[in-house]
Amino acid sequence: MSSTEIDRQWTTRLRHRVAHRLPPEKMLPDTQPAYVASWIYVFGVTTLSALAVVILSGFILALKGPQWWHVSGVGHFVNSLHLWSVEIFFFSMVIHLWGKYFMAAWRGGRSLTWITGVVTFLTSIATAFTGYVSQTNFDSQWISTQAKDGINSTGAGSFFNVLNFGQMLMWHIVLLPLVAVVLTGVHVLMVRAKGVVPPFEEREEAR
Amino acid sequence: MSESPDVKVAPWTGPQRPYDIIKEGTIAFLVVAILTIGLALVFSSPDDPQVTIQQWSTKAPIDFAQTALSELNGTSGTAQYGAPYNTASAGQQLGPFTLAKWLGATIPVNTVTDFVVDPLTDQPGTPTLSAALAQWKGASASQRTAWVNAYTKASGKMTFTNGTVSVPTTAAGPVPVMINTLEQMARSGALDQALVTQNGFYTSNFTLPLLFLADGSYLGDLAQQRHLLGTQWGMMNETGNYPGQAWLWLYTFWYQVPPFSTSANADVQVWGIMMLLSLLLLLVPFIPGLRSIPRWSRVYRLIWRDHYRAQGA
Repeated sequence: MSSTEIDRQWTTRLRHRVAHRLPPEKMLPDTQPAYVASWIYVFGVTTLSALAVVILSGFILALKGPQWWHVSGVGHFVNSLHLWSVEIFFFSMVIHLWGKYFMAAWRGGRSLTWITGVVTFLTSIATAFTGYVSQTNFDSQWISTQAKDGINSTGAGSFFNVLNFGQMLMWHIVLLPLVAVVLTGVHVLMVRAKGVVPPFEEREEAR
Repeated sequence: MSESPDVKVAPWTGPQRPYDIIKEGTIAFLVVAILTIGLALVFSSPDDPQVTIQQWSTKAPIDFAQTALSELNGTSGTAQYGAPYNTASAGQQLGPFTLAKWLGATIPVNTVTDFVVDPLTDQPGTPTLSAALAQWKGASASQRTAWVNAYTKASGKMTFTNGTVSVPTTAAGPVPVMINTLEQMARSGALDQALVTQNGFYTSNFTLPLLFLADGSYLGDLAQQRHLLGTQWGMMNETGNYPGQAWLWLYTFWYQVPPFSTSANADVQVWGIMMLLSLLLLLVPFIPGLRSIPRWSRVYRLIWRDHYRAQGA
């Protein structure tokens, strides 16, 4: 087998591409630019951490099923962990988003990083919403019967029935988290590959 | 490629500082986990019990009976909804577009059969109910309409005494028996089950009971007491004193202001606006002006103040 033939393989080409775009020192860096020194940077990793707690608490709720938390003190506590980690997640993500906006963090070929972040934000809203309508309590009854009008008015109600508990639960625990986690992973890899956006050049500003 | 400072930036060649990404991630996770546990221990989470049709018909029997009648005479919210439940109306419009109508009644709901006749038919038939259902099913459409209209006309004087719904009319054929039996069925809890098991033993679809509940006033009254109505910024509220979906503030904001607060097409209009705004947010890097606000506002000087101070020095 010739080396040319090996070099043409999809696997080889993908490995070279990944190694070029995301070498180990970028993937797991031990230094970073000196300008990365503000509290605003904390909210990216806080969002990721809160997402991890959301998923872990969601795993425990999934182990016991959707009704468990109504009849068990432990279950109710795990539901509380789920709720508060979601609140921290959104709080952190919104600050992260505004921080990145005011840094114009899309500069230097980072547009896709911004776009994956925004799509992750929107996906997270949908994920949270399907969680709210899957609580199997008064809250979910009220939210679903109200939200149906908005969603039905767009035509989406034809295939996304918020009154169908089984369908909403599946969206909440399988489809949307999968999308959110994959997008988050891609977003983080893009940040690692491109690095944190540098500050505006003030001298250019003065011109 | 654009040379705009809002698009381009030179790669950083300045000083670096030590950065332990694994340590940072671990500490952040621990802090967030501890904070979450603390919040959960101190504040717990809300869990107002679900409302059942049994509870509704017991606490508000007249509201239930009037709602059942509205399902029968076609005046309920569901009966007049349009797509995706039926073709009774065109539904909401966004300009010339009737988006829901285009997709059709993909979740068909017939309020007469699904909410009244079928649940009654599933009941172990008393002679009175069996006779009433036989009379109903054997009648022409015009005869049924005449009975329902007669009952509706007298329903303003509806009473609920000793567990029985009464309306002063003798021209309503089997309708009084049907409404009264449905009330008994609801108060026993049987209607809750009948509405969810119409498609078989295993089910996870609560479309029918939720639509029925929402057609009455009881659920809305409870929501109003909990500040959950749309006019109370309810979308971002939560039962009890808990933070709700605060991230929906902009979505619910539009419902509070004209023309949306009085528009019959508010839902689709607000969705349209939110989709447009989401698209703008997504495409900020490519929109001149919008992408320049960070540079013009100079908020970035707060974020990178150490960097600019060092540059000045």
